[in-house]
Amino acid sequence: MIKLLSGNEALALGAYHAGVRVAAAYPGTPSSEILESLAHFDDIYAEWSTNEKVAMEVGLGAAYAGARSLVSMKQVGLNVASDPFMAASMTGVNAGMVVVSADDPGIHSSQCEQDNRHYAKFAKVPMLEPSDSQEAYELMAYAFDISEKFDTPVLVRTTTRISHSKSAVEVNRSRVVPSGQPSFRHDVQKYVMLPVYARLRHLLMEERLVKLAVYAETFPLNKVLWGERRLGVVTSGVAYQYAREVFPKASFLKLSMTYPLPQNLLRHFAAQVDRVIVIEELDPFLQENIQTMGIKVTGKEFIPRVGELNPGIIEEASRNAGLLAKTSRRQMASVAPELPRRPPLLCPGCPHTGIYFVLNSIGQRSKLLDSKGKAPKESKLIITGDIGCYTLGAYPPLYALDTTACMGAGISQALGMEKAGVSNKVVAVIGDSTFLHAGITGLVNAVYDAGQITVIILDNRTTAMTGHQDHPGTGISAQGKKTKAVELEHLVRGIGVSDVKVVDAFNMKALRASVKSSLESPELSVIIVRGACSVRLPTRSEPRVIDIEKCNRCDICLRLGCPAIRSENGQIYIDIALCVGNACTICQQLCPRQAIGRQSEIMAKESR
Amino acid sequence: MKKLDLLITGVGGQGVILASDITGEAALAAGYDAKKTDTLGMAQRGGSVVSHVRIARQVWSPLIKEGEVDILVAFEKLEAARWGCYLRPGGIVIVNNQAIPPLSVSIGNERYPSDEEIANILKRRTDCIYFVDGISRATDLGDVRTLNMFMLGCVSLFVPLIKVHTWKESLCQRLPSKIQKINLTAFDQGRKEIRGAYL
Repeated sequence: MIKLLSGNEALALGAYHAGVRVAAAYPGTPSSEILESLAHFDDIYAEWSTNEKVAMEVGLGAAYAGARSLVSMKQVGLNVASDPFMAASMTGVNAGMVVVSADDPGIHSSQCEQDNRHYAKFAKVPMLEPSDSQEAYELMAYAFDISEKFDTPVLVRTTTRISHSKSAVEVNRSRVVPSGQPSFRHDVQKYVMLPVYARLRHLLMEERLVKLAVYAETFPLNKVLWGERRLGVVTSGVAYQYAREVFPKASFLKLSMTYPLPQNLLRHFAAQVDRVIVIEELDPFLQENIQTMGIKVTGKEFIPRVGELNPGIIEEASRNAGLLAKTSRRQMASVAPELPRRPPLLCPGCPHTGIYFVLNSIGQRSKLLDSKGKAPKESKLIITGDIGCYTLGAYPPLYALDTTACMGAGISQALGMEKAGVSNKVVAVIGDSTFLHAGITGLVNAVYDAGQITVIILDNRTTAMTGHQDHPGTGISAQGKKTKAVELEHLVRGIGVSDVKVVDAFNMKALRASVKSSLESPELSVIIVRGACSVRLPTRSEPRVIDIEKCNRCDICLRLGCPAIRSENGQIYIDIALCVGNACTICQQLCPRQAIGRQSEIMAKESR
Repeated sequence: MKKLDLLITGVGGQGVILASDITGEAALAAGYDAKKTDTLGMAQRGGSVVSHVRIARQVWSPLIKEGEVDILVAFEKLEAARWGCYLRPGGIVIVNNQAIPPLSVSIGNERYPSDEEIANILKRRTDCIYFVDGISRATDLGDVRTLNMFMLGCVSLFVPLIKVHTWKESLCQRLPSKIQKINLTAFDQGRKEIRGAYL
């Protein structure tokens, strides 16, 4: 059967067919669909974990107990999970354990562009990289086998372009149904990393790496494709697809196992061609490891190391490097016209808009915008941010964030600023899922170290940005079962915060009052701003419209940055196809002339 | 036909990704190799969305090179202009006659290009430009969300390698049964639109 599958769907299906029993992940673009796909199978256990470190440990525990496990995350997720990842490499597994890292060259939806291939070398574990969905499907079976044969976690590294591209997959296997009751066998020297045992394990890791390098020589998915011998291209992942297109006649060594590298195969290939180049995305990982073997290769001398590659970039770089003939074809005049950009926005009816508007106005942040070209002014209110849809509040007109670093950083950064002695008030904003992921420890720290910051938890009851996954606060599991919900207000009070307010995200007066009172208070305070994500509203209600006779173009509603509110030909209007109606109404609450109301009321008035 | 490269663009929430999924699946069902890939920002709604769909006997890169798109399908006018540079000379453009101004335009910081400016940008690459009233046709059908299937109907006339019934089978495989009929009607309306107005 041939199916059009995304790389993520193919990885999930490959893992399922390879007999995975336990899957754990925290959502993160571009990795989220792996666990979502696995969650559909009811003969395995799949969970959204609180964060990637937890997911890694759940996967490791399952592997120790004899169940094949899959752990998936985005590239920065592996930073969070790096502690148990390194530990897993030390202890080894038992049943197979595969860790998928989905990197994001081009930074489509991340905070950085790190190349996680380095983690394989760092943790001394084998790494496989698929170049399309077919290979993603096939290599999962190998990954689990390698994991068990060499007693090591296996890193499968994909990128956005592999994870999110769809290509044909011949589904030629069915599930290998795991047999036997999982059980854990006591083995202190293997599983208890006291220094005395850890020293022994380190030796075993080094021996394992030597054996893996031998295995890599005959790994079936590493392929040599002979073409003309003038040029040999060593490549992997999606870069292979681009390179095939740019160099249709060259010889190729396509690597699917990219750590450890097959030294003899590389030498043999290099000896058969006049010149060897490496085409890879981001860092010169393959190139430097091949050069260490004493093989002469080039690559990053002309292939960019920043950003996502594509056939056009490789073609131009190769042309400039003299690898391709200068084109006789007339270069087409570039028609990249000056057009208004369309950056991502908070949606109409977004529960983050109201609180950001309040923070913007209390902090007088519009003044920061006026300082274009001059030295930036100090903001009256420092707002440390976090990772989620609400990071988009950094854009004008809301302009409501000063920092965004990594999951959970905002709370601790806010405390750091306060302790440094800034004269401004410091507020941290963080989403519900992010708070549970990495915010709790920062808040415990703020309680312990007597912080006076204000923490605003934006509780939209979902992990919105990555596609509305459930989390501990929702009480619904990845497989749709009702479990126990972690109540944020109980949690926050339980760790010792006494000033805790819960406010409706769409009540502007209450939002303003609670922020003001928290800022005036000399103690640590938490405001939980609660309102459902508008993308998930079950039904639409009557949209709001603007009474043109009453509107005096004060434009305060435009400062919400709501995509439904527009100005055209000197008038402001609300796009009724976008307005969510009763669920929001923040523009209506804000309008000083009461010019915004229900569609039926204003239409009735107009027809009178 | 050696290959067909389609670029489908629009604004988040317009159904671009479903349309490109169905195109890829229909191509596969018709016996070709197909790859598709989307580039979308981090927003749930409202950002610029572009899908690359490549159909051939064998497809390597999922991304199409600039200047090699055979058919540009734009669900929104500004997005047509933005991606016009991806067209090969003489390629085909199908544009839904709808403007969704970005926020920078709404708050008065930037200006939305005029129809003439958009047409001029596209004309630098091709004269085969079809403006269709997708949004009003979909609204008339009773659901603006059928816009994407209307647009696919328009596209289908320029993709002879996929037969009409194959398109429709792929469409039905992806849509819940209760909305299949209205979407099939939208697909047919799209075919009629191009035939009636242009061919």
